[in-house]
Amino acid sequence: MMAVDLTSWIRRKKSVEPAIDNRTFDLLSITVALVLVVHASHLPWWLSIGLALILGWRWWQRRQQTGRVPAWLKIPVLALLTLAVIISYGNIFGREPGTALAVGLLVLKLLETETPRDIRVGAGFACFALMSALLIDQGLVVTFVVAIGLLPALATLRALEPAQQQTSLPHTLLPGLGLLAAALPMALLAFLLVPRLSEPLWGAPTPDEAHTGLSDSMSPGNFTDLLTDDRPALRVTFDREVPPPDLRYFRAYVMWEFDGRSWRRPFVRRGENQSATPIEAATTIGYSISLVPTHQRVLPALDVALNAPAQAQLLSDHEIVADKPVNDQLSYTLRSALRYRLQPELDDRARRLGLQRPIGFNPRTLALATQWRQQFGHNDAAIVQAALSLFHDGGFRYTLAPASLGRDSIDDFLFFTHEGFCEHYSSAFTMLMRDAGIPARVVTGYQGGFWNKLGNYLLVRNSDAHAWSEVWLEGRGWVRVDPTGAVRPERVSLGAAAAAGDQLSWYRNDWLQGVRNRWDIVNRWWDQGVIGFDSLRQRGLLTPFGVRDMDTATLGLLLAIGSVVFIAIGLGWALLRRKPRDELREALRELEKTLARKGIVRRPSEGPQHYLSRAARALPHQRDELATLMTHYLELRYANDIPAPEPLRAFQRAVRDFRVVSVVK
Amino acid sequence: MRGMLQRLQTWAERRLPALTRYRRPETLPIELHRRRIYIVPTMFGLGFSILLLVMLVGALNYSNNAALLLTCLLGAASSTSMLFGFRSLDGLRLTQIRAGHAVAGQPIELTLTFETLRTRSAIRLDIDDAFTAFAIDANGTAAVKLTLQTFDRGWLPLPRIRLWTTWPLGLFRAWSWLHPDQSVLVWPRSELSGPPPRAPADDARHMRLYRGDELAALREYRPGDPQRHIAWKASAHHDNLLVKDFEQPQNRPQWQLDWRLLTSMDSESRIARLARWIGEAQAERRSYSLWVPGTEIAASSGPLHYANCMSTLAQLP
Repeated sequence: MMAVDLTSWIRRKKSVEPAIDNRTFDLLSITVALVLVVHASHLPWWLSIGLALILGWRWWQRRQQTGRVPAWLKIPVLALLTLAVIISYGNIFGREPGTALAVGLLVLKLLETETPRDIRVGAGFACFALMSALLIDQGLVVTFVVAIGLLPALATLRALEPAQQQTSLPHTLLPGLGLLAAALPMALLAFLLVPRLSEPLWGAPTPDEAHTGLSDSMSPGNFTDLLTDDRPALRVTFDREVPPPDLRYFRAYVMWEFDGRSWRRPFVRRGENQSATPIEAATTIGYSISLVPTHQRVLPALDVALNAPAQAQLLSDHEIVADKPVNDQLSYTLRSALRYRLQPELDDRARRLGLQRPIGFNPRTLALATQWRQQFGHNDAAIVQAALSLFHDGGFRYTLAPASLGRDSIDDFLFFTHEGFCEHYSSAFTMLMRDAGIPARVVTGYQGGFWNKLGNYLLVRNSDAHAWSEVWLEGRGWVRVDPTGAVRPERVSLGAAAAAGDQLSWYRNDWLQGVRNRWDIVNRWWDQGVIGFDSLRQRGLLTPFGVRDMDTATLGLLLAIGSVVFIAIGLGWALLRRKPRDELREALRELEKTLARKGIVRRPSEGPQHYLSRAARALPHQRDELATLMTHYLELRYANDIPAPEPLRAFQRAVRDFRVVSVVK
Repeated sequence: MRGMLQRLQTWAERRLPALTRYRRPETLPIELHRRRIYIVPTMFGLGFSILLLVMLVGALNYSNNAALLLTCLLGAASSTSMLFGFRSLDGLRLTQIRAGHAVAGQPIELTLTFETLRTRSAIRLDIDDAFTAFAIDANGTAAVKLTLQTFDRGWLPLPRIRLWTTWPLGLFRAWSWLHPDQSVLVWPRSELSGPPPRAPADDARHMRLYRGDELAALREYRPGDPQRHIAWKASAHHDNLLVKDFEQPQNRPQWQLDWRLLTSMDSESRIARLARWIGEAQAERRSYSLWVPGTEIAASSGPLHYANCMSTLAQLP
């Protein structure tokens, strides 16, 4: 279809580009203003206001006099922008400073926008800037506002075309809406089928940069970011019954080593090659977990896992370690015991590890534990109970913003600050147990989760991260003890948000909370349906049709087939040619209908003249009227190729007004 | 560069007739349909698709589904705009071309009439170096006026007309070539200066300025008019003096412009001289006749006669 068209192409390049009109510039200004609005949430407020002022000034200035802003003004502003970005972000690379710079450059681009080419560059760049807002927040509201922002961008491009009808400003936005609506099915298809990358092309969310997920060490306070992160961590579907909320403990890391400040997994596990410790399971439950990439090797499992999935192994302390870090959505099926007796016989090595304590730290904790040991003798369970009572009645407070702790962090917490969250409690509790001579360890993972009735699965968010303790009791093996539950039972029964209470920011606990909870259903739907549509669910897309696991080639093939179908539909529409309407014929049809109601039906072989004469004979009272209609029709039909518009309207009116008068004989 | 491209184009038209089929002249009316509308992305369209690609890779890289959805939406909208572009040309009919008059070297005015059933916007039209844009309402016609540069006298076949549009977003350029089988006549250029035509000998007395006896018209007084020509009675009813104008163009000596009398000149110079005389005669509202090889036009005057004579000159071999 490519015709040889080169000479004219080159010639056309020489033609001078016309100046742009005010309407086009206004539309681009609106687009840029919307870009500023969607970015306002993460840009520094002074930068947003500054850019908005520049935008407003430029709009006003161009109203007064068209023309580019002189370079002596542009260059300092550009330098100022770069400086502002560097000051507030530290550099100009990376997602957030890059976005801020892009928005700033877009506003500055307006200063020199005077030709259609500038406008096009500006509109395209604005589309990019709109998209980049989604890289920072992909909530439903932001996405919606961004999609609205496309309308003025499209209208801007459209306004550049010459020779078109002038309409009001709101009306210029409508065709873009139509275009987007027409494009939506195709867009959804592409969205469903575009193969997702198995791993990022460049260091997108690097493990250390992204503050998601648990890590293999725990020190008081490093959960704070996690507990305010509402992103999903894992999704769990259960084979049959769902465990009650207070049993939804997802065990990930088992930490044995304490250096006075942080808890760690044993760096070298001599027992790693050993099989998992024996377990006496009472109730077991089957389920599968879909894990959001953590970039770690440890896989969370419901407390406590009986087996390990493929390409992973179950360690002696029932931690599951995958062979490779989870850099991609991972799904695995497991069986766990809800009621169990774990490692009823403790070997020496485990006992030594479970009693290890740093020398010279936390003397008061040691003193308290020693006192308990003297008080309760060999009754380990009573010591556990005493510690839990201490947390429950000792004036401890659950807060996400606790005071910082000094060198003897556990002493500080137990005897001075009295405030903290799961990390502090589990850390202090485990240390107390060890000091009292009971083997104990810290376990981190997730607790709780949101049961999605519609999707029948449990959504566990990063904010559900939790830390608890396990103590080894004679005859019972390792027993899970959640000291946080002693302080704030809601944490276990209702979840992290309920436990946080008034600790969270104003917008999470006000009267707004009710509204947010209701609105959250829509958000969740968006999260599940769009944001949560990951490569895993993409691959499972055709499961109802018997295709278990789609690979990239299948996806590509489906995408191609779907595109061809849409192209065919689109071409069918584009090639559709309506026949011109014959209004005169339609008017006659209407008259025929009116007469047919009185039994005067036009025969297929009957011409209009014959038919109307027959009608006139059948309705003698309206003979004149019908004769006039007939004459007019014949004149309109046969006097000219195309009926004259004014007489045609008169004929249509006459047909509409024509009523068959019934005469009582 | 340009010459090479033009050679390439001629070669392609000769060797690849399937591609350039519709470039051969055809009779009016010409209706655009799918087999003669071509679409390619514009430079902006290419740039925009690169931008979309960047957005796609970014969205996929950050596993950001909202951004991916937006990118897909924008991409689908861009491709859909191609269909809109096609539809704005499809079904357009060129029904009529009228040409004005022009002397070689001057631009000639063309009026092209387009018909359509649908509303169309931003259709652009190029002929040679001239370009314009127009819109048509549903069931309407549009008379598109533009000028075409001329060079030589005679029949000027209309060059190819390109109808194109980048509607609606400027991402795709849809175009179609129209090559109407129609020529416009370009009148000969007249020489800049030369002798007046030689009057026939028996009309020698008519060579001096002739003043008619009959009253032809009244005109306003100009300084220098003889007093006895002033129409006193008529002037009494007016603010200004009126003068009886006795000079009548019909009565000025008739020019018999004859090709055969212009010996010792080549034919183009003869045509240029005849054209100048015809032009002067027309300006002086003088009656004249024309004889050129193959055609003889009887003496007359007026714009029609002028056009007739000029067209005859234009068509001389």
